[in-house]
Amino acid sequence: MTYTIEGETGPWEVVIGLEVHAQVTSHAKLFSGAATAFGAEPNSQVSFVDAGFPGMLPVINAECIAQAVRTGLGLNAEIHLWSRFDRKNYFYADLPQGYQISQYAHPIVGTGAVEVTLADGITKTIGITRLHLEQDAGKSLHDQHPSKSFIDLNRSGVALMEIVSEPDMRSPEEAGAYLTKLRQIMRYLGTCDGNMDEGSMRADVNVSVRKAGEGFRTRCEVKNVNSIRFVMQAVEAEARRQIEVWESGGEVTQETRLFDTARGVTRSMRSKEDAHDYRYFPDPDLPPLVLEQSWVDQLKASLPELPDQRRARYVAMGLSPYDAHVLTIERETATFFETVAKGRDAKVAANWVTGDFFAALNRLKRDISDPPVTAEHLGELLDLLADKTLSGALAKQVFEAMIETGQAPSVIVEERGLRQVTDTGAIEAAVDAIMAANADKVAEYRGGKDKLFGFFVGQTMKAMAGKGNPALVNDVLKQKLG
Amino acid sequence: MMRPTDLTLAEGLEALDKREISAVELTQAFLEAIERLNPRLNAYITVTGEKALADAAASDARRAKGEARALDGIPLGIKDLFCTEGTRTTAGSNILGGFVPPYESTVSANLKRDGAVFLGKLNLDEFAMGSSNQTSAFGAVENPWSRANDPDRRLVPGGSSGGSAAAVAARLAMGATATDTGGSIRQPAAFCGITGIKPTYGRCSRWGIVAFASSLDQAGPVARTVEDNAILLRSMAGHDPKDSTSANLPVPDFRAAVGRGVKGLRIGVPAEYRLDGLAPEIAALWDQGLEWLRAEGAEIVPISLPHAKYALPTYYVVAPAEASSNLARYDGVRFGLRENGSDLKDLYERTRARGFGAEVRRRIMIGTYVLSAGYYDAYYLKAQKVRALIRRDFEEAWGKVDAIVTPATPSAAFAMDEKQDDPVTMYLNDVFTVTANLAGLPGLAVPAGLDGQGLPLGLQVIGRAFDEETVFAVGGAIERAAGFTASPQVMA
Amino acid sequence: MSLDAATVRRVANLARLRLDETEVEKLQAELNGILDWIEQLQQVDTDGVEPMAGGAPVEVKLPWRADAVTDGAQAEKVLANAPDREGEYFGVPKVVE
Ligand SMILES: [Mg+2]
Ligand SMILES: [Zn+2]
Repeated sequence: MTYTIEGETGPWEVVIGLEVHAQVTSHAKLFSGAATAFGAEPNSQVSFVDAGFPGMLPVINAECIAQAVRTGLGLNAEIHLWSRFDRKNYFYADLPQGYQISQYAHPIVGTGAVEVTLADGITKTIGITRLHLEQDAGKSLHDQHPSKSFIDLNRSGVALMEIVSEPDMRSPEEAGAYLTKLRQIMRYLGTCDGNMDEGSMRADVNVSVRKAGEGFRTRCEVKNVNSIRFVMQAVEAEARRQIEVWESGGEVTQETRLFDTARGVTRSMRSKEDAHDYRYFPDPDLPPLVLEQSWVDQLKASLPELPDQRRARYVAMGLSPYDAHVLTIERETATFFETVAKGRDAKVAANWVTGDFFAALNRLKRDISDPPVTAEHLGELLDLLADKTLSGALAKQVFEAMIETGQAPSVIVEERGLRQVTDTGAIEAAVDAIMAANADKVAEYRGGKDKLFGFFVGQTMKAMAGKGNPALVNDVLKQKLG
Repeated sequence: MMRPTDLTLAEGLEALDKREISAVELTQAFLEAIERLNPRLNAYITVTGEKALADAAASDARRAKGEARALDGIPLGIKDLFCTEGTRTTAGSNILGGFVPPYESTVSANLKRDGAVFLGKLNLDEFAMGSSNQTSAFGAVENPWSRANDPDRRLVPGGSSGGSAAAVAARLAMGATATDTGGSIRQPAAFCGITGIKPTYGRCSRWGIVAFASSLDQAGPVARTVEDNAILLRSMAGHDPKDSTSANLPVPDFRAAVGRGVKGLRIGVPAEYRLDGLAPEIAALWDQGLEWLRAEGAEIVPISLPHAKYALPTYYVVAPAEASSNLARYDGVRFGLRENGSDLKDLYERTRARGFGAEVRRRIMIGTYVLSAGYYDAYYLKAQKVRALIRRDFEEAWGKVDAIVTPATPSAAFAMDEKQDDPVTMYLNDVFTVTANLAGLPGLAVPAGLDGQGLPLGLQVIGRAFDEETVFAVGGAIERAAGFTASPQVMA
Repeated sequence: MSLDAATVRRVANLARLRLDETEVEKLQAELNGILDWIEQLQQVDTDGVEPMAGGAPVEVKLPWRADAVTDGAQAEKVLANAPDREGEYFGVPKVVE
């Protein structure tokens, strides 16, 4: 069903295209050897190139090129073996050179596509227009001084991939799903950490509205939105604003706006008013970027399995689509799962990872990168279950002990004597003792009170300190109670 | 022995080697000459005497230990477009204020590596934009030559490397660094009766040189002889991983090529360079030069460079466009001059209006205009296409010839009070030189004679890409045949 | 193509050059003179010609460097020439976004 916003004149469709700026994962900047680490002291990661000093020249970082190509391959996109850097000229306090080095006319990556899954299970393909490499600007701080802004150039020159989508999204949900998917792909590839809090992923949101069946109306660009939730909010806020403008007889004018997260509205961006003529031209400091097809092929061959492929493989292994989805959201989770599942029953492994293990992560507020139980230990636990050393109940007990002690399950089983009892003689002895002590209940059961069976199971297990093999206990009880 | 300041660079090296003079004595001699003549010529913006003497002493110590390097103890001037660590670098502009670079340009670092002693920073047209050195914020440079019949009329040294050329001609340095974007080495060299070479684009690193037009700028030396240029260029040149346009090629022994001779070489003479109204003296000198080469065994071959006549207007689109972008960094925020403003935009506009001189502002305006929406295709893209045709013309010529010889300039040095009103007339100075910049080719200017007023005139040798050796060979032959021994009126 | 005064002002604004009215007039005349002269480029037939970008006389490719931290960690040097240094920052008049 199409998402619409109800206006006074009826329903409006929303058209959304996103320009995502994703920080390339690299040690050094795109055109200088300064570091990219987050949170450093102001201006402590700045080369004279990044600060636009006289006579300074850019030299490109090979890894940033590789990361852009990997991302392009992950987006099923065309890789351009010949691309070029252009200068985008404008003045801004945090743009030291007075221009941004970007790829305007000839980007490194061309058209591609991303498939997103929406809440109702429907999948939708979002077109990728292009991906290009460019430099980030520095950072202006406006709240440090009553009449001044402070400039920190640590970010200046950090490599960004600008990923431009087609205007293919039609609802905040679709925009959110697209961003989530994009982030997931890049995290799998290791090309962008997707950390929106630290600014490593920002989105410019292009929004327009229209009546069903119309062509595109004028769009506005909401700049630099830094969380998926805010992108979804900004889409709706901007769409509602535009509907109001159209319905009150006005005309939406193309402009750059900002999303005010506190008030949930967009507002016009004054500083960008006259920056429309960027005077792009080929950067004479940088000859064309030429790639060898064989090099691209090598990168392609060494690409990790992507979430879509991995999810399909998990389903083929017998996992439910839901479990397959949950396990593939983060690459680390999938890796964890695969270690647990290696040589074991995949479904049992999936149940344990998505069940007890995820519950433990949540409860302990731990992250998959810092798990309370290692995948190797969890796998061993499954082995102890499979060879009947442990019962299900004992396994849960051992799992808790693993979290507490960090010990291997076999050690816990040995030290605490938690091995389940499968010796029928011992079970029979225990059952005999319980039946002897509860002759009245035995008579009641035999008189037809079937429900009492559970009582006998419980008593037997209790007498055996929980270690009796549940199936054998059942069998012996059934046989002895008649 | 000759007066130290009269020695050529090659002679200076020999004298140092034979211990006929020390680097300190040599440096002292040049510093004294500067002290005496610079107040008049204004060739140096900054003189770093103390540092020069200390470096000269260190050089003498090296030589004493038998560790002398290729240029050890040779006193040089550095065009003030090269960033020099710890020494103010102005680019001839107010906007750089008291900018003291915390780094050393690759070319000047290469010269230091080879033991050269820097006397100071040489005057230039502001941001290297000019052909007369009159656009410098630090005042005009005077050409040490003057007209025989009008000795008091002050002449321009040419530009933009006017300080470099004047200093070398007047013996205020044994050689100097310079840069050439449209003729800024060759035209002042010709005006001052010395030799200069703009090498192939990519031969010298641009790292640490204040950029004017990045696709055209190229550093090179000026010195009194072809051989001195060859010695200097060998030290200046070389692959630099910090400049993405620097050529990863070995640097030949240029000096060995100077005496190679021209026997069997085919010398091209482009028909299009015989401009209407070309001064008869220039035309005659050109013919004379070709005759010398023929006499030495070269074959003179008429060629055509059909797009050469569009080189200047092409240049005046491409160079200002790149400059408008390169000069955006002078915004009063991180270094250089700042004029306070009510807001950031006001600060930018005041800083840049006050910091840049008229010619720089004019070129920024042209450059901004030709790149702006609606004009890009008609001007910038068109110029880039014509530039491609100019390069293609040369490629075709190289099928027929090994080098091309032309006049260096359309006139001898003009007076400071001439040619000032119309920018286009001033731009015509570079009519013979600018094609080599557009095509990225090496070009050398060598003095070949005097005009009727006793002013030097130069010839230009253009060569194939990265074939400076042939250029030096042809230049050397012209130099020997010309036997140019005249010297300027103002001289140490 | 002839430049009017409004275009001169617009271009000056793009280039962040403050011009007073007499300068606008003077520049308008000078720029028109230069542009008229540049106009001759239109005579050249450039159909099918690949524009030449960059200055290399022969075909060149962008050289790559390794992804290693080799620079930065020099805040003092970066800030040393600043006309307005505010602690570890560059200072500018407050920017309203
Ligand atoms: Mg954008
Ligand atoms: Zn961007």
